[in-house]
Amino acid sequence: MRDAPFSETEAELPGSASPRRALWWIILPLLAFAAAIAVLVSINPLARFNNGTPPVEDIAFERVILGSDGIRVLVRAGGSEPMTIAQVQVDDAYWQFTLDPPGPLARGSSAWIQVPFPWVLGEAHAINLVTNTGATFAHDIPVAVATPIATNSSLLSQAILGIFVGVVPVTIGLMFYPALRGVGRNGMNFLLAVTVGLLAFLMVDAIGDAFELAAESAAVFQGNAMVVLAAAASFLILMGIGRRNGAPKGLVLATYIAIGIGLHNFGEGLAIGAAFAAGAAGLGTFLVIGFTLHNVTEGIGIAAPILRERIALWTFAWLTLLAGGPAVLGLWIGSLAFAPQWSALALAIGAGAILQVIVEVTAMMRRREGPEGDGLFSPAVMSGLAAGAGFMYLTAMLVKI
Amino acid sequence: MPTWFGERLSRRLVLAGGICTAGATAAGVTAAVGQASHDGHAAGAARPPSSTDAYPAPAGDHSGAHGAMVTVGEVDSARNGFDPAKMLTDWDVGTTSTLPDGRTLRTFEIVAEDKEIEIAPGVMFPAWTYNGRVPGPALRATEGERLRIVFKNYGSHPHSMHFHGIHAARMDGVPGAGLINPGDEFIYEFDAKPFGCHLYHCHALPLKRHIHKGMYGAFVIDPDPTRHPEQADVARSRLYGSPENAGWQEFVMVMNAFDTNFDGENEFYAVNTVAHTYMNTPIRIARNKPVRIYLINVVEFDPINSFHLHANFFDYFDQGTTLTPTLRTVDLITQCQAQRGIIEFTFAEHETGLYMFHPHQSEFTELGWVGMFDVVEDVA
Repeated sequence: MRDAPFSETEAELPGSASPRRALWWIILPLLAFAAAIAVLVSINPLARFNNGTPPVEDIAFERVILGSDGIRVLVRAGGSEPMTIAQVQVDDAYWQFTLDPPGPLARGSSAWIQVPFPWVLGEAHAINLVTNTGATFAHDIPVAVATPIATNSSLLSQAILGIFVGVVPVTIGLMFYPALRGVGRNGMNFLLAVTVGLLAFLMVDAIGDAFELAAESAAVFQGNAMVVLAAAASFLILMGIGRRNGAPKGLVLATYIAIGIGLHNFGEGLAIGAAFAAGAAGLGTFLVIGFTLHNVTEGIGIAAPILRERIALWTFAWLTLLAGGPAVLGLWIGSLAFAPQWSALALAIGAGAILQVIVEVTAMMRRREGPEGDGLFSPAVMSGLAAGAGFMYLTAMLVKI
Repeated sequence: MPTWFGERLSRRLVLAGGICTAGATAAGVTAAVGQASHDGHAAGAARPPSSTDAYPAPAGDHSGAHGAMVTVGEVDSARNGFDPAKMLTDWDVGTTSTLPDGRTLRTFEIVAEDKEIEIAPGVMFPAWTYNGRVPGPALRATEGERLRIVFKNYGSHPHSMHFHGIHAARMDGVPGAGLINPGDEFIYEFDAKPFGCHLYHCHALPLKRHIHKGMYGAFVIDPDPTRHPEQADVARSRLYGSPENAGWQEFVMVMNAFDTNFDGENEFYAVNTVAHTYMNTPIRIARNKPVRIYLINVVEFDPINSFHLHANFFDYFDQGTTLTPTLRTVDLITQCQAQRGIIEFTFAEHETGLYMFHPHQSEFTELGWVGMFDVVEDVA
């Protein structure tokens, strides 16, 4: 306590604590807390609040697996008391089921429900759980398809899918590098501003998706707070690491951009993998072309800070892998072990990382402009921001439905 | 479904399919799509025939005939205080005495009380009951008797007994005529007429809530053979306790349902309250004795219920107020709420075995209202 910044002022106060007494002042409040709990438990003053109403119950559906032996569902309980799943309906009919682990579900705990239901390929099914109080919790399977299982061929096909999602667009974007090297001062500012614009779009997109997924996750995870905290933490940690040796620029900045985009693509991969598992299939080549076009700017964004540097070819490969590779990883994990809270977490971390690179690229532009330049509001920068965000918005129209 | 498409069909979802397809066509990854749909097809198509996988036969009970589509577990009848298997033949005939004019006075004692009951394995329902059971006691009297029903309300809400029969306005069990507050008592008194298969229920408001919470029961008035000389044999066979009646196997079945989450739709359907109870414990009937079912529909929220018997046909007496069938040789009848009737059939010409009965609304069947007759040579 003496080493603490406030110790000098505190030392002047009468009756300030010695280390031993300070220890007491830690123990005493803890004892008071323990005593309060003991009182609550022993004399149960809350009994008068018990108005005979049933306990509050909540169930979140985290995962649905369709296999040759029927339907398996992973649920997480969020009740005020342990909950009991008494019966299971599929499509408004009661079915035999097994619960693993059996017995009541404590708050926050999860269990697998196995129903030997002969689901129909390509059709919709609805699961409805009835608890012992008669409350019901429904979950829709919009399109039933067999859940992919981890075989060499399925992992390979998912990897190829992930390469199309993440690696191909970044590679194409980075292939503009030689052409971009020749740009002048305004052109450079324009390109950096394009990067900021597209990153801002990705951040808004990621945060929106993260909140959406968080809303589906169990209440115990407090989805919204989790998303904000994870985004803030990833932003602050990356800022702290990035600023150890001064503001990052050049290849270091490009690497951070690649990390931010990579985390974003990881979150996208998780969600795509989960959707793949959930069977939202069959919408066509057009959308993939749209997505590739949409993400080509990611490569240009990574290239922008290193246009004035001498870069080895293998560095490009490394940056591509960093930005695009996580999509493959996300796809694998997402299709095999998905829960909405983990996708939300990954997207939130990605959003925080993207905010970090937005701040750093903006700082770099400020430095480039210097005190006498037009600053961040020059025509080149403004049009670059508009072009970056606008391009992302317009190409997203191809893929949003 | 609409909400799912509205909220969840974002770019990511759409991409999954899009990329799959494109990946397969553009990059030649036929495995991705081809295999996924193959697996799905195999799973969807191969399942029903391979009974070992999709329909694991439950060991030791008769619900195997219904595949794996049954509720899981057993209802604790001891805790409920009533057993659906015994309810089938459990008639409340009250106590009798003779009035000065020589007529029989039949007195029933009914108590309304709140009670939590198990309506399906593991599912508790906060019911309002007559005499602690749902459906309430199956009252049985004979045409022409004077009936006196002593009704005490020990419940938490006002209740009444509204009898479907012929009686004075004062005895109707509606607000102002026999609807009593908690702690109060009322005596309904009227003549037993007309003969038939009737019911009683609470007529307190809101009506839907009071009925679906469990306040209903069978009210059967047997025909007096002396009043129907031209059909005295038929009347005697319906008269409870007569030797002719003993030649029949009579069951009372109240078709009911429960809205456990109070959203205006039923989660469980049944006869005599417990979903699938006669699936797990089939009703034993002797092949050589005719069967008579007093069937009453009290299902709330759904306009129509029905009764279908497998592998046999029956005669039907709508409301039971006639001694000749109102429908002959049918295997399905429908009843709206509070409609009821008598079903008569025999399995004398059949081989022994399990014969299913259920409403022919598949939804009700799959949500618990289905049972089996176990036709045997003789019942001990």
